Amino acid sequence: MAPYETDDSARSGDAAALAAEVEEVRSARRRKAARYIVPATVLGVAAATIGLVPAFAGSGDPDLPKISAQELIEKIAESDVQQVSGTVKITTDLGLPDLGGLADGLMSQGASGGDGGSAADPSAKLLELATGTHTLRIAADGPDKQKLSLLDDAAEYSVIHNGDDMWAYDSASNEVYHADGAGEGKDQKAGKGEDAPEDAPATPQEFAEEALKAVDDTTSVTVDGTAQVAGRDAYKLVIEPKQSGSTVGAISIAVDAKTGLPLKFTLTPASGGAAVVDVGFTQVDFGKPSASTFDFTPPKGAKVTEADEMEESGHHDSKSKFEDFDKDAASKDAKGSRDSKGSEEEFASGLDGLKTIGKGWSTIAEFDNGSEGGLPTGGSDTTGDSRVDGFLNSLGDQVSGDFGSGTVFKTRLINVLFTEDGKVYAGAVTKDALVKAANAAK
Amino acid sequence: MSRVETNGVEATATDVATAEAASPAARTPGFLWTFGLFRSELVTTFRRWRTIALLAVLAAVPVLVGIAVRIETGDGSSMGGGPGGGGGGGGPAFIAQITNNGLFLVFTALAATLPFFLPMAVGVIAGDAIAGEANAGTLRYLLVAPAGRTRLLLVKYAATMTFCLVATLVVAASALAVGALLFPLGDLTTISGTSISFAEGLLRALLIALAVAASLIGIAALGLFVSTLTNSGIAAMATTVGLLITVQILDQIPQLDALHPYFFSHYWLSFADLMREPVYWDDLQRNLGLQAVYAAVFGAAAWARFTAKDIAS
Repeated sequence: MAPYETDDSARSGDAAALAAEVEEVRSARRRKAARYIVPATVLGVAAATIGLVPAFAGSGDPDLPKISAQELIEKIAESDVQQVSGTVKITTDLGLPDLGGLADGLMSQGASGGDGGSAADPSAKLLELATGTHTLRIAADGPDKQKLSLLDDAAEYSVIHNGDDMWAYDSASNEVYHADGAGEGKDQKAGKGEDAPEDAPATPQEFAEEALKAVDDTTSVTVDGTAQVAGRDAYKLVIEPKQSGSTVGAISIAVDAKTGLPLKFTLTPASGGAAVVDVGFTQVDFGKPSASTFDFTPPKGAKVTEADEMEESGHHDSKSKFEDFDKDAASKDAKGSRDSKGSEEEFASGLDGLKTIGKGWSTIAEFDNGSEGGLPTGGSDTTGDSRVDGFLNSLGDQVSGDFGSGTVFKTRLINVLFTEDGKVYAGAVTKDALVKAANAAK
Repeated sequence: MSRVETNGVEATATDVATAEAASPAARTPGFLWTFGLFRSELVTTFRRWRTIALLAVLAAVPVLVGIAVRIETGDGSSMGGGPGGGGGGGGPAFIAQITNNGLFLVFTALAATLPFFLPMAVGVIAGDAIAGEANAGTLRYLLVAPAGRTRLLLVKYAATMTFCLVATLVVAASALAVGALLFPLGDLTTISGTSISFAEGLLRALLIALAVAASLIGIAALGLFVSTLTNSGIAAMATTVGLLITVQILDQIPQLDALHPYFFSHYWLSFADLMREPVYWDDLQRNLGLQAVYAAVFGAAAWARFTAKDIAS
């Protein structure tokens, strides 16, 4: 380097020596700066690893023999998986505000109204699944033993069905809910019974069954290649509505190639964007789960609520309470919390004066909610609390047409139109389709 | 301070020039010598009144929690059993189970101290590691020893991590003692509802303590890096603890959801997954991976800064 040459030469003056010194300081600085390459590299490598590993893991769709959509559906129907355990991730994004807190508030209101309530009551936990991402664990061994756990932060909520007993244990509050075979537990749990009230699908299989119910001539069903789900080879079954006006874009079901068990269920909206419902195994094992998984003895000191006691104490049993809440929720436009069409119709049938318009995917449910001016649409019949009205109005869009005017409450999947004259139109269809239906009904 | 004497003895007759310049020569003392340096570092750290006071505060937390729960449930009722208990949101995790099994006090105490007390203590020790020496004017004496800056930094980091482990074990041991005194012990129920024997429960408790100690690796490295930036020990401690609080607050803001998985504190509560049956490893692994990344990045940054720094004091 130049500085050393100038050092050697006697000819150089003071200026040269000074320049050399400056140069040396600079190169020292450069050496110092060069050391920061090390942490920067470490950071880069870490970021690249985080970014690339999932990409590599997801690549390479498995080679599987061709199969027709019909054969694949039969495969699902024939699937008889008795022993399974695994982890399921549920992500729901209905475009609603976070329901967790709201539901908690509503449920605790209900529970404090009746002191027979228990934090371990299955119905109290269901709404939690309606928003956000949740991790579930399931285990099943034949028709008599199932377990489903909802993993929370540092806590877990488990529903265990073992023979005649159905236990629900909430570790956060250390409360136990027990229904035995002679009571309502039998009706609800005897069948597939992995989950609490049967109209709430939780596993990919239950979601898939709901979706396949809707398959008719309004629907196209295709096999769209293969995929790897939870380390297993799977076929992808894609269900798309043929009609326009539906908010459902497509439903994709990944079916395990060997067992025919649906491993992943994804519902994408027609409007694009992230999936509305995404349920899939992240880890699955078809071995026999250890017997101790299904053993449950209430821990010492835990508060045990018997299902029978709750009924006797004059309060609703869990199911009717749930339905009550649904009605409640419907009138408050929390109805987007229902995830699938099947259960949507099921619960809607509980309401009076229900009519359906159209068929298939763009079915619209129409009913009269009885009260003129009806819902909190800012009409004559307000809730009396201007803040609540304002809030509800801000959620809805004002629309008008031949039918008059009304308010549309939108979620990413289900839209509901409340008209001024007390009619309610709801369905997994676009706003325009709702207005058209309302106009036609006039 | 005893620092000068201790290290004066260890640092045999070597003068400043050779120690600083001849890093190859510094390698010759070998493993035993490094261990000696590490031991002397540990002794100075743990003999400080400050360290002992921090550990005493940490040990007091489970005592307070235990006594509070004992008084609360003195009439035989259990915690959190009120109507619509709201998911037990009223306290640290596991608090509802303490009355039935003293071992749960270990988990509750760790869950109560992990968000703040433990990392704060680690932040104090890590922040003080280099800056405190510089502040007291002892750093250049340390560098007189034929250790090399890299080795000194590693020893400092090892001592800080030892403190992480000791602090966690102090909390766990204190909680176990208090739990055994005030509450019954025995078979316990995992949060998945299955039963495990007391011996296995103890093993899980030990694993949880280790997981908690490992959760602190990230903030220890961060604190060490901050410590190399300044010559004021107090400033380094305050910055580290300030960063801790900032990250904890940011971790609560839902709008920053996309960033949360990169915060060092995000997976801290994953230690509770060890109480599931079967154990849910995903978040635990993520936590360990994240801590390792923090340790590597900030460790390397601390090295880059410290080895290139002008030590004037």
